[in-house]
Amino acid sequence: MIPYKTYIPAGKKGKSLSVPAREKVELLSGNEAIARGAFEAGVRVASAYPGTPSTEILENFARYPDVYAEWAPNEKVAVEVAHGASMAGVRSLAVMKHVGVNVAADPIFTASYTGVRGGFVIVTADDPELHSSQNEQDNRHYAVAAKIPMLEPSDSWEAKEFTKLAFALSETYDTPVFLRSTTRISHAKGAVRQGEVSESSLAPGFVRDPAKWVMLPDHARRRHVIVEERMRALTAFAEEFEGNRIEWGDRDLGVITAGVPYQYVREVFPDASVLKLGMIHPLPSGLIREFAAGVSRLVVVEELDPHIEMHVKALGVSAQGKEIIPIVGELSPGIVRKGITGQEVPVRSFEVLPGRPPNLCPGCPHRGLFFVLNKCKVTVAGDIGCYTLAALPPLKGMDTCVCMGASLGNAFGIEKALGKAALGKVAAVIGDSTFLHSGIAPLIDIVYNRGFTTVIILDNRTTAMTGAQENPSTGRTLMGEVTRRLDLAALCRAVGVDHVYTVNPHDMAQTEAVLKRELFREEPSVIITEAPCVLLPDHRRKKRPVYEVIPDLCTGCMACSRLGCPAIEWLPFTPDEAVAAGEKASRKGMARINPLLCDGCNQCPPLCKFQAILEKKD
Amino acid sequence: MKQARGNVFLAGVGGQGTLLASEVLGEAFLVGGYDVKKSEVHGMAQRGGAVTTHLRYGPKVFSPLIEAGSADLLVAFEKMEALRFAHFLKPAGAAVVNAQEIMPPSVATGRERYPENVAERLAGAIPNLYLVDALAAALSLREVRAVNMVMVGAASHLLPLPEDCYLEALRARLPERIVEVNAKAFQAGRALMSPRGAGR
Repeated sequence: MIPYKTYIPAGKKGKSLSVPAREKVELLSGNEAIARGAFEAGVRVASAYPGTPSTEILENFARYPDVYAEWAPNEKVAVEVAHGASMAGVRSLAVMKHVGVNVAADPIFTASYTGVRGGFVIVTADDPELHSSQNEQDNRHYAVAAKIPMLEPSDSWEAKEFTKLAFALSETYDTPVFLRSTTRISHAKGAVRQGEVSESSLAPGFVRDPAKWVMLPDHARRRHVIVEERMRALTAFAEEFEGNRIEWGDRDLGVITAGVPYQYVREVFPDASVLKLGMIHPLPSGLIREFAAGVSRLVVVEELDPHIEMHVKALGVSAQGKEIIPIVGELSPGIVRKGITGQEVPVRSFEVLPGRPPNLCPGCPHRGLFFVLNKCKVTVAGDIGCYTLAALPPLKGMDTCVCMGASLGNAFGIEKALGKAALGKVAAVIGDSTFLHSGIAPLIDIVYNRGFTTVIILDNRTTAMTGAQENPSTGRTLMGEVTRRLDLAALCRAVGVDHVYTVNPHDMAQTEAVLKRELFREEPSVIITEAPCVLLPDHRRKKRPVYEVIPDLCTGCMACSRLGCPAIEWLPFTPDEAVAAGEKASRKGMARINPLLCDGCNQCPPLCKFQAILEKKD
Repeated sequence: MKQARGNVFLAGVGGQGTLLASEVLGEAFLVGGYDVKKSEVHGMAQRGGAVTTHLRYGPKVFSPLIEAGSADLLVAFEKMEALRFAHFLKPAGAAVVNAQEIMPPSVATGRERYPENVAERLAGAIPNLYLVDALAAALSLREVRAVNMVMVGAASHLLPLPEDCYLEALRARLPERIVEVNAKAFQAGRALMSPRGAGR
C-alpha cells in the first residue's frame, strides 16, 4: 500500500570523512518523525495533552505551516476534538502518553464503532521502565480491547513512515488507528528522509449520517457488526503488509519481535531469522505459522506483557517468551542476549555512590509550600507534576500520588473515612494544569457532598514537568496566540467554594498562617499558591539577587539545609578540620550557597535565626 | 579509538546541557556520513538528576542503547557521574571527564558525603582517562553554559571526525547568536586535550 524502505546511510562503510550530500536526511527523534509524518500525511487538526514521552510530537507539529494544533485540557478532550475533525472530513491526530489513554478510553472505544471520515490516528507513547510515569502499563491491550488496529515503529525512520501509513489505513478501513511508541522510540534519534506532503482527496464538510455518528443502541449494534468485518479485513491485510516481514537467516534461532526490541535482537543476533512485526493488532497468524515452521527454536521478544506470545501460543505454536524475557521494565541488548543465550558481557564492578535523584529547581516556588506542609504535619494527598518530587527527602511533603487529579478525591476519601478526626490533618495538593485536567469534578464532589477538604492549587503559570507547555490558565495557546486566561479563583468560587485565598509560596510565614487557618475550617477551601516557574523565560530574564552565607555568622544548625535547595551546599567538617579553621571541635560543618545555582527566591534567609544569609553585594 | 563504528556514552547532571552536546555530536556524525542513533530520557530526569545519553555511530546502527561494558568513550560532565557510569566502558575504553563537582541532594543536605578520591578511583578503573577543567575553560569565555561545548571539543579529540563536521553541526543545531561562543568553547575543549593541556 505504501512503499516501505529501510534506511541505508549515505557514507559507505563510514570511511568517507568528506561531507557527503545529505539528500534531506535529518537526525530526528521518534517524536519529531511522527510530527513530520503527520504533516506529510496532510493532517490539519491535532490535539493533545502534554505527557512524557509524547510531548514533543505536538510541539513539533505546531511549527509546520497551515496546520492547527492545540493543547486540550485532557486526553479525553483531545480525542473528541480529533474525532470531530475526522467527522468533518479532515485528517486528524490525537497524542498522549500511555496513561492518557486511560483518560481518553471512553471516546476511543466508541470511535472504534463510528469509524472515521478523515483519517484519524491516536498516538500512545508508552513508558516501559517508568522513566517519567506512575506505572508501566502496556497499551497494546487497548488495541485488542477497543478493536482498533495498532502500528508499532522500531525507529525514527519507521515512525515517520508508519504515521503516514496509519492515515491511509484509517481511511481505507474506516477506523481510528493506534500508533504505539515507547520512550526509546520517542526519545531516540535516528536518520529520517523528508518526503512530499500529500493532500487528502476528501472534501471537508460534515455529512449527516446518524447510523454512523449517533451511537444509539440500535445504531451501535449494527456498527459492531461492521467493526468485526473490518477487523477480519485488517487481519488479511496484516498477512500482506510489508511492515510485517520475515528476515530469513540462520534457522536454528527464530525471533518474533516488534518495536525497539527488534533493534536489540538485530544487534545481538545479526544472523538469526527474525519475524519483524510492524502491525501488532491484528496479528498475522499465517505469517507466524510459516515462520515458526521454518526455525528450530522460536522465541518471542517483546517489552512488558506477553501480547504477541499469547497470540502465538493460542495458535498452538510452541515458543519461549516471558519465561526467559523479563515482563518488568524495558529491554536492552544485554537483557535480550542473557534471556536467549544465558550469556552476559563482562562488566566492571559498580561503584556505590550517593544517588542523584531529580530535585525541585533552585528557587522553585513549590519548595516554600512543601516546607510549610511538612512543618504542619498534615497528610498530603498529592498529584502528578514536578511537585511530586517534594515527596523525596528532606521535604517529604507528600503522602500519596496515584494519577492525574487523584489528590482531591483521595483527600476527600481520607476525610470521609476518618470523619471529624480528619479536620486540620489532611490537604490535597495539585498543580494548575493538573487541576484543569481532572481536578474540577472532584472539587465539585467535595462541595456537593458537604466536605471540608483543604485544596491547594500550585499555580506556577505553566505545565512545568513536561517542559513548560501552555495551558488554559497561562493565557496563551500552543500556536502562540494570546487567549482568555482562565481565572482559577473564579472557577473555584463558581463551583461553590466560598473560601478561596491566594498566597505567595516564597513567603512561607504568610503561607503557613493561611494554611493553618484553612485546614481547620469546617468548609471546603482552596488556597492558590501563585508564583512563576523559575524555568519560564520571563523569570530567567529578570535581574535576581544572589544570596550568600556569611561564614562567621553560620552556626551549622542546618535550618536552611532542610529546604533541600540544590544551591545550598553543606560543607562537613571533621573535628580536626573544625579546629584548623578556628572553630570548636564539635562544629559539624557549615552551609554555603552556590552562586551559580542561587535563583534569589529569598526562601532561605528568614529560616536562619542567626541572620547569616544575606544578599550578595558585587 | 578512531574507528568506523563506535559507542559514546555521555553522563552529566540535569541542567548541564548534556542533551545539546549529544545533539551536536550526533549531527556531526550524520554530517560525516555515518548512520547515527542516540537515546536519552527527558521529563523527570532533567530536574537536577543524573542524565545520560547513548550515542552510536557506524555504517548501520540497530540498537539505540549501548550495552554496559561496550562503550568506546565515556564523556562525563561531572566527576562522580563518571564513576557511576564507568561500567559502561569497554576494558580498553577512554574517558573524558570534567573535574567539576556537583553535590547531589543527599550531599548538599549533609546526609552523605561527596565520595573521596574520585580522580584516583577513576584513574584506577579507566586506563585512558582525560581529566579536564571544562568549567574553568567555559568561565574564561564568560559563558558558564558553554561547559557542554568545551566537553564536545575535548571528546572530539578522541573521535574519528574532522573538525569541519562539528562546526557544521554547531551551525545546524544552535541559534545563530550563540554559534560563535560555542565554537570558541569547542576550540577551548580541543585545546585542553593537546599534549600540554591534557591532565592524565
